[in-house]
Amino acid sequence: MSTTGTTARARRPIIEIRDVERVYDLGKIYVRALDGIDLDILENDYVAVMGPSGSGKSTLMNLLGCLDTPTAGHYLFEGEDVAGMDDDELADIRNRRIGFVFQSFNLLPRATVLRNVELPLVYAGMGREERIERARETLGIVGLSDRAHHRPNELSGGQRQRVAIARALVNNPSVILADEPTGNLDSRTGEDIMVIFESLYRAGNTLIVVTHEDDIARHARRVVRLRDGRIESDEPVERPAPAENALR
Amino acid sequence: MRRFFTEFAENARIAAEQIGAHKMRSLLTALGVIIGVMAVTLMGTAVNGLDKGFSDSLDMLGTDLLYVERWPWGGAGDDWMRYRNRPTFRTDYAHQLNEIILDTPNSALEAAVPCALSFRAIQRGGESVSNVYIVGTTAAYGYVNRADIEFGRFFNDTEYASGRNVIILGYDVAGALFETGRETAIGQDVRIRGLRYEVIGVFRRQGSFLGLQSFDNQAAMPLPALRRFERGNWHTHIRVKMRPDASIHEARSELEGAMRRIRGLLPGQENDFEINQTEMLEDTIGNVKTQIALGGFFITGLALFVGAIGIMNITFVSVRERTREIGTRRALGARRGTILAQFLMEAVGICLIGGAVGLALTVGLKFVFGAAVPAFPFILSPQLIVAAVVVSIATGILSGFVPAFQASRLDPAEALRHE
Repeated sequence: MSTTGTTARARRPIIEIRDVERVYDLGKIYVRALDGIDLDILENDYVAVMGPSGSGKSTLMNLLGCLDTPTAGHYLFEGEDVAGMDDDELADIRNRRIGFVFQSFNLLPRATVLRNVELPLVYAGMGREERIERARETLGIVGLSDRAHHRPNELSGGQRQRVAIARALVNNPSVILADEPTGNLDSRTGEDIMVIFESLYRAGNTLIVVTHEDDIARHARRVVRLRDGRIESDEPVERPAPAENALR
Repeated sequence: MRRFFTEFAENARIAAEQIGAHKMRSLLTALGVIIGVMAVTLMGTAVNGLDKGFSDSLDMLGTDLLYVERWPWGGAGDDWMRYRNRPTFRTDYAHQLNEIILDTPNSALEAAVPCALSFRAIQRGGESVSNVYIVGTTAAYGYVNRADIEFGRFFNDTEYASGRNVIILGYDVAGALFETGRETAIGQDVRIRGLRYEVIGVFRRQGSFLGLQSFDNQAAMPLPALRRFERGNWHTHIRVKMRPDASIHEARSELEGAMRRIRGLLPGQENDFEINQTEMLEDTIGNVKTQIALGGFFITGLALFVGAIGIMNITFVSVRERTREIGTRRALGARRGTILAQFLMEAVGICLIGGAVGLALTVGLKFVFGAAVPAFPFILSPQLIVAAVVVSIATGILSGFVPAFQASRLDPAEALRHE
């Protein structure tokens, strides 16, 4: 039907969220942090999740990352219902299928860059030699091969976040989940990180970036806005800002 | 399985790094364990040494000897009056016993020697050794007691029969009286209560243990010679040597029968003498050992209890300091069990270091004590080292479990948000 080179294939859903609620029981009061959310994330999506504080952004982030489970509704991760999983099963999903990037990097201060990147593979039970090989490869993707034996405190903020990205990538996850990845970086360094995200997206990865900055969200291909525990809007980005241009 | 090993290696590495990063803190925390392990190992070496020293001493007293006398060893207790009222013990029972032994076919006994005792000063010129254990006996004494002679000789049957004033000095006694050398004592005279005795021999050095009697501070002479200054039979006893192939039980009952005959006891009448043997002393030393062990356990328990609380505390602190790290690890796929194991290993690691330091200090102290008290054999057995390691690991697991469990139960999302 289409005459323009690429055919639009039906993309596989990674995450399907149906009518999800998350209620916190704070003793005397109940806080309804998420109040009936429907959200699909497809393979090779690049989604920015936005919203003011208190909108349920963090709660959604925790649910998406399998750090928490919904109190009602269904959350299918690659077709499996996360709601019924026990703690160890959730840990395994996080380990093998989700890559986390945090605002404050969360690197282990006493471990070398290489060991930080290896860590998810340790928890996956991979042998030492294979681990080191994979970690080195992944460090190459973020351009830090020469920093493998440094410690985090010997690196700049941008470099640290790149190590964290390598750590998120090392297990070939189904989705990369970044929580305010540029929040602790100056805007130039932040743009560097977005360049890496752009290249990961183009390489076929699925990315979810939680942010409150419009400048960052504009790099994504789709923006989901939350307000008061509901999805306010879910729209494609008309003209994504090419990260490379922002560098100049 | 593989996952277990990679995680185990990782956790061991983290524990080593953490302990290394807080050396002072870890060492101070380990202090309780150090003291505890020192207490348990020092106590153990002391008990081992006591055992060794004691069994050596028993060998000296003679494990094949039966001592017939008025009193039981190890104290009379409330029955004091009963023993007190027994008839006086006489030295000539030994001769009667020897006759009975000769008349008994296949006797389990070999020979009996009388021992009359006196505690007197022995003087020579200006030198004097007070309160020497002087035994008056027969020529068979040397054979029965396996008392070896270093210089000179023991007295013979003729000297016994004639009651010649000769004396054989213990090694220490001879050393104190003859500064010119023990060998120069032979042929010299010493004085006891003004009487002269010629030194004809010096016993070989035996060594003593915790003040137990030894030939080193004794002297021996013919019984008639002793009678010149000691009439009493207060401490008189008879030593009976068993045949090497005889059973103790057999020997004891034969001896009991013979003594009853000598004493003229009717059937149904109670024994009015006592048969003692070195086994009875083992009961006494058993009490001492139990007391040392109890004291040691108390100190060990106290030190380990205090140490365990310190380790628990420091592990709580460690969990708190690294809450965000726990969150990160959980996000990256660490299971609860992994986190539990991580903090447990840290606590166990501190305890093992404490145990190693404690053991090292014990080894050091062993040498110091060994040099200070050469007579006391301190023995650090492999079992004690194993015990120290087991105690350390157990302390680590017990004290680390609660904080480690708490760490493993942290909500990953909340832990990640922890400042």
